Amino acid sequence: MSVAIINSGGSNLRSVAKAVDRLNKSYVITDTANEIKKASFVILPGVGSAENVMQVLKEKNLVSVINNLNQPVLGICIGMQILFEYSAEGNTECLGLIEGNVKRFDEAKNLKVPQMGWNKVMFTETKFQKFNSYYYFANSYYSVVQKYTTATSDYGTKFSSVIEKNNFLGCQFHPEKSADAGENFLKYFFQIS
Amino acid sequence: MITRRIIPCLDVKDGKVVKGVQFKNHKIVGSIVDLAKKYSIEGADELVFYDISASTVGKTVKKEWVSKISDVINIPFCVAGGIKSVGDAREILNLGADKVSINTPALENPNLINQLSKEFGSQCVVIGMDIKTIDKQNYLFAKTGNESTAHSTGIIALDWIETVQDLGAGEIVINSMNKDGMRNGYDIELLNKLSTVCTLPMIASGGAGSKEDFINVFKETSVDGALAASIFHSGEYTISQIKSSLKNKKINIRI
Repeated sequence: MSVAIINSGGSNLRSVAKAVDRLNKSYVITDTANEIKKASFVILPGVGSAENVMQVLKEKNLVSVINNLNQPVLGICIGMQILFEYSAEGNTECLGLIEGNVKRFDEAKNLKVPQMGWNKVMFTETKFQKFNSYYYFANSYYSVVQKYTTATSDYGTKFSSVIEKNNFLGCQFHPEKSADAGENFLKYFFQIS
Repeated sequence: MITRRIIPCLDVKDGKVVKGVQFKNHKIVGSIVDLAKKYSIEGADELVFYDISASTVGKTVKKEWVSKISDVINIPFCVAGGIKSVGDAREILNLGADKVSINTPALENPNLINQLSKEFGSQCVVIGMDIKTIDKQNYLFAKTGNESTAHSTGIIALDWIETVQDLGAGEIVINSMNKDGMRNGYDIELLNKLSTVCTLPMIASGGAGSKEDFINVFKETSVDGALAASIFHSGEYTISQIKSSLKNKKINIRI
């Protein structure tokens, strides 16, 4: 029952690994196709830019590996953003697993960009409302609310804080840095009740 | 919208948490890992670890502490102290920090801000500013970790904020040297003055001594967070006490 944390060149691998470890899951930090394929759960973390993360995934030949995974996959922050078709950050073509684009918060609206801090996440479905809480965000880009949005937050505009399509789950916040709320969300991903 | 943040700061010298007054006479107040854990459990929104001896003696922050702290907390964590290169920052971030805060090295090499931001994203790049107001002018000071090395750079705070914004910084911490350790309130005047040009998240630092000081800084300025050290280290107030008094005053806070 191991967890593969994909090494996409980002720098938050250790924090993600520690959060997984706190839930007593064994994990491997990897960029090897076979290790990713055989894991029970896959986490795609991302810190940096969509452009960088996509470039790393391409160089390591992991794009089709990720796109063909059938086990639960969690994309965190940039890892969520690259599940979409396109990101305005660096004009980047992304994985295209979920229809939609990623845009930049509009400074013209008197917003401080990046959004940095704890924002309220509200799930739309009643069964998930126990996860409504504050979570930690650090992002300049966001995905609009669409068909696969399961939770939203507000930062000058309403955006998708959680999306879910088939086996792909994405969260714009950092569960590994979101105290107890983040831990509960990770338990949901790992199907720990 | 996002909540205002309460940020305890661990000023560390030779492996112990210390606290001085106006950046002088540092006294030991406790152990690094114990305090980090305590604040995380009490509801801190973020933790800052600042190796105050690093920049003054030309060293990088002690790395073993970064991983030891990150192992026991599950909140965002910022590390400061002598980070002079992309390589230094990468090492710190890989050990579990979420952000690096740079102060003296940014003043000496502003282009470092740009490099860090390109490499890790602006959300990772915090600029610490130690500011002393002399005859109504706000000057940036460098190497403030030690009395004998601290000096004015002659750079004016308003100009420096605009510079770091253009270079890709993601957050600014304003340390008022006039208020540091005095425990008689944040430097409201300075914060409001600097807010006029600042488009980034801004954190107030220096001067917290009572619950009212936190209420005032959030009511009277637009700062995103308030950083404090001695008020929490002394055990006089817990973070949750401060947060509930802010909540009572209708300030948007995470509880």
